[in-house]
Amino acid sequence: MKSIWSAWSKNQLDRLFSSILLTFCLVIILIVGTIVYELVSRSALAILHFGFHFLTGQVWDPVHQVFGALPFIYGTVVSSVIGVILASIVGIATAILLTQYGSWRWLDLISILVELLAAIPSVVYGLWGIFILAPWLRQSVEPILNRGLGFLPLFQGQGYGVGMLAAGIILAVMILPTITAVVRDVMQAVPNELKDGALALGATKQEMVSLAILPQAKRGILGAIMLALGRALGETMAVTMVIGNRPQIAASLFAPGYSMASVIANEFTEATSKLYESSLYEIGLVLFLLTVVFYSLARLLVWRIRLQMRVNA
Amino acid sequence: MSHRLLLWRRLKNQVFFTLLVFMSLIALFPLFNILWYVISRGLPELSIRFFTRLPGPVGMVGGMANAIVGTLIVVSLACLIAIPIGVGAGIYMAEYADDRFAAVCRFLADVLSGVPSIVAGLMVYATVVIWMHSYSAFAGALSLALLMLPTLMRTTEQMLLMVDTSLREGAFALGATRFQTTVQVVLPTAASGLITAVMLSIGRVMGETAPLLFTAFGNSFWQDGLNAPIAALPLQIFVYATSPYPQWQAQAWTGALTLLAIILVINIAARAFGRGKLR
Repeated sequence: MKSIWSAWSKNQLDRLFSSILLTFCLVIILIVGTIVYELVSRSALAILHFGFHFLTGQVWDPVHQVFGALPFIYGTVVSSVIGVILASIVGIATAILLTQYGSWRWLDLISILVELLAAIPSVVYGLWGIFILAPWLRQSVEPILNRGLGFLPLFQGQGYGVGMLAAGIILAVMILPTITAVVRDVMQAVPNELKDGALALGATKQEMVSLAILPQAKRGILGAIMLALGRALGETMAVTMVIGNRPQIAASLFAPGYSMASVIANEFTEATSKLYESSLYEIGLVLFLLTVVFYSLARLLVWRIRLQMRVNA
Repeated sequence: MSHRLLLWRRLKNQVFFTLLVFMSLIALFPLFNILWYVISRGLPELSIRFFTRLPGPVGMVGGMANAIVGTLIVVSLACLIAIPIGVGAGIYMAEYADDRFAAVCRFLADVLSGVPSIVAGLMVYATVVIWMHSYSAFAGALSLALLMLPTLMRTTEQMLLMVDTSLREGAFALGATRFQTTVQVVLPTAASGLITAVMLSIGRVMGETAPLLFTAFGNSFWQDGLNAPIAALPLQIFVYATSPYPQWQAQAWTGALTLLAIILVINIAARAFGRGKLR
């Protein structure tokens, strides 16, 4: 039977196809290369001008051409850490419920609903953050925290609603599906013999979880947290809309702050001088490096678990 | 004594379980809260006008017709760029590449998937926008394509690796080349999973805002070709949400409702198609 490819020899066609596909793979290398090259070359001006002080400088003053990135680094890190702490507590608990409590019918539903959170766009989170979350924080949560824990510098001062705490909470909601899904996978990878052994020794469910599951899953959970942290660091829109956008370093979580991604989003199109633009590129470079580090760590930790899982299966 | 200990352990167990259920409820609360507000605040402004008119000045009735069309154009363009490359590279990694090259590609795809979306926007600005001397629909599409690529590559690769090796061996035994095997045996077998993966990645970039800020840029009128700034639904929501005018803020909610509805339809369709093959 003549095939439609008969004009070409089979092997020629095979070679053509594989070289086209290879080109597509090379595109990826090209893209990553271009990102690194563009970020480095375009931030060269700022790197040469400010040197290492760029990372430690606390003043961001476009009018006087003084650019220090510390307030943004601080804002990004603090809001992400708040987000990761909150999301870890809730996410790990949810993952334990999902994996260790058998085939309760509602569990599938919970799992699907938590995954739905990942489908909501960042800008919708931001919209909700501005009009629902921030007023709620201002009216109810922040006064209560201030009254109860006001002796800590973290919870002092007037709450505006928008600020570091709001950004942290919104990040927590956004990374919750990531943490829950990865921790669930990690816990499913724990060998059944360990659970059965613990139960056979008369352990309660809670003892089984804390003595048999958690020690085994520790490394994977850490990986999940890193992954979520990487995602939180780069999150832009929702944070921009609720963090307050003020380049300052304040001890209080109620105070407005600024993040690396937000300053790029807000100021890049308005950057009037070369140095200003270059400084924003350098912030982009720092952000890129930070996320790559956390993603790589996470991949390393979770990847080992996946390998283990394959061996056990 | 031992009786008391048993009681204590059982109590601890019970408290633990209650705590887990409580935490799960906290996990679900934001979802319902967000959905409730998006629906209840988005519905009042929802009308035919919203889908047929351009954004109006404050005080005039307007819509988001150009933004909805803009989003569809930009996302379609992004698909045209990202799907062939992403799926093709995934096929190469699964079917052709030797282990070391595949590992390099996989690592780079992981790096790329970790790139914050705003940085993807910066990169496209630094190359395409500066080169073309203009914000454009094309640049916006390219920045979205950058975000789709790594997921498409990795999921394609995984889907193809799930196809049973004996199928490939059967095809080879019949004298098929690698190309014939891939196109006629492996791809059809993995098709439903692939389509699910593609649709999920479309749903994911549909709501992306950050990379469009200085690539597509936004536009309050109909776009003037693909080489000119173009409006997008997420951008329009962002501008309206951060504006001081209550009328615009109300429209931002309606925009969010529209965007969310489109994304949910894509997600549900994808899941129905794959029937749980891909998480």
